[in-house]
Amino acid sequence: MAGELSGILEHVDRIAELDLDEVPPTSHVVELENALRPDVPHESLDRDVALRQAPDPANGAFRAPSPQAEE
Amino acid sequence: MAELVALTVAAAAARIEAGEISRAEYAEAWHEAAGADALNAYLWRPDSPPDGIPVAVKDIFCVEGVPTTAGSRILEGYEPPYTATAVRKLAEAGFDNLGKTNMDEFAMGSSNENSAYGPALNPWDRSRVPGGSSGGSAAVVAGGLAPCAIGTDTGGSIRQPASLCGIVGLKPTYGAISRYGMIAFASSLDQCGPLTRDVTDAALLLGALQGRDPCDSTSIGLPEAPRPPEREDLGGLRFAVPAELSRDAIEPGVREVFEATLARIEELGGELAEAPLPHAEHGISAYYVIAPAEASSNLARYDGVRYGMRAESSGDVIEMYERTRAEGFGPEVKRRIMLGTYALSSGYYEAYYGQAQKVRTKIAGDFAAAFAEFDFVVTPTSPSVAFGLGEKTADPLAMYLNDFFTVPMSLAGIPAISIPAGLAEPPGGGPRLPVGFQIAAPAFGEQKLLDAAYALEQAIAFDAKPSGAPYARMDGTKRTGTGGQGDG
Repeated sequence: MAGELSGILEHVDRIAELDLDEVPPTSHVVELENALRPDVPHESLDRDVALRQAPDPANGAFRAPSPQAEE
Repeated sequence: MAELVALTVAAAAARIEAGEISRAEYAEAWHEAAGADALNAYLWRPDSPPDGIPVAVKDIFCVEGVPTTAGSRILEGYEPPYTATAVRKLAEAGFDNLGKTNMDEFAMGSSNENSAYGPALNPWDRSRVPGGSSGGSAAVVAGGLAPCAIGTDTGGSIRQPASLCGIVGLKPTYGAISRYGMIAFASSLDQCGPLTRDVTDAALLLGALQGRDPCDSTSIGLPEAPRPPEREDLGGLRFAVPAELSRDAIEPGVREVFEATLARIEELGGELAEAPLPHAEHGISAYYVIAPAEASSNLARYDGVRYGMRAESSGDVIEMYERTRAEGFGPEVKRRIMLGTYALSSGYYEAYYGQAQKVRTKIAGDFAAAFAEFDFVVTPTSPSVAFGLGEKTADPLAMYLNDFFTVPMSLAGIPAISIPAGLAEPPGGGPRLPVGFQIAAPAFGEQKLLDAAYALEQAIAFDAKPSGAPYARMDGTKRTGTGGQGDG
């Protein structure tokens, strides 16, 4: 995979040669103003429903291995 | 049944409305047709016929209680607790899910070969790819396994498979359709759109799908609901052909169909001229920085904790994350995550991500300049006809270059449509395969785009279809072309 990634980066490097110092970056193409929705409380996902897809639910929560492995 | 599945969606809807055919019989006919999938195009189908006009849904759209994998092992068995707005809006317009279609994993690919569930096959030639990433959606429509479908397009993932399968594919303006419930790949580029047999059906689906959604703050909707397209000529319209369009990179057969279509535009009264799009050639480079960067962030959520698969592991949480992601993601997804995190890393950010965002500004500027003088920009949709399975899998860059003509529009956020324009012999010979023609318009110019595409569609009168597909290509009455380009 290292060779593939190098090949791709080599192609991508072509844009490094362009002189774009004065050009502003674009992160979003369509102008949006005040796109927030009204802050109205609404029902959220039921806890049981939210947990139904979890690989290892426990005590009404998502269970994951400890951040520190047992010795 | 054969008569029912021969109808376009618009024709069927009109006849259902008039009481000439029953909606249930129509849905049953399609349920049966979809059951004969020999293309690996469906990843899931319901047990009973749809309760409405059938529509095939790319497996990237969450549907409550329906398995949704995005073509990935990491989501195998996942049943979302909610439904994507696009699917909900289709239901409100009288459509129902005919099945979930195959796709490249997380929509990363141009051939469907990156699906964890094996590639969908091209109905024109099962030894060839249907394109991607919405390959399953294109294959079911072209192969007569669905009357219409929805897909997503990030860098060409609706238009390119539509081109390779000989159908219509529309990528609307960014923001026209809500992305809520659509599994995220590159959020500033992803856009839902229809794959259909003809332009009229594309307009029909777009009308059902578009609109602002409070659940997606980047959704805007269209300024007005799309009307059925009806234009019959192209008089007074100006079409730009990119001056930098490197004709060498295009297969001879594709070039021939492209040139013939340009001539057709002139016959219809359209004006053609070359226009500079000097930065479009850097589209692929910018895209393959921006899309992986966004993907590397979006895919961080697959951690084996809240949903999806978790790999067996006896170690700590970090080991569990690593094993889950190592086992759950395919090679292309890993490649993109690595590219993306590299491009965003300290010390490389400005050179890659920052520079790519500036190229994006320049590409959008090129289009803005072109649209000051022209109504549309036209290109071939893909430089090639459908290629063979396995032909490009060893070389990711060659695969990426498939998106050469579709990526610039994605970066600029503008709408673009691919319509079938004719057939061409693949390099190395063999039965002729479909060639798509791409038309791009200014942001929110969907109605003008659909009208022009419709006029051109009528004149081209593409009447070829994969052998065995149970529909007649032309059931309109206004088709005037000779149909000489197809024999399929």
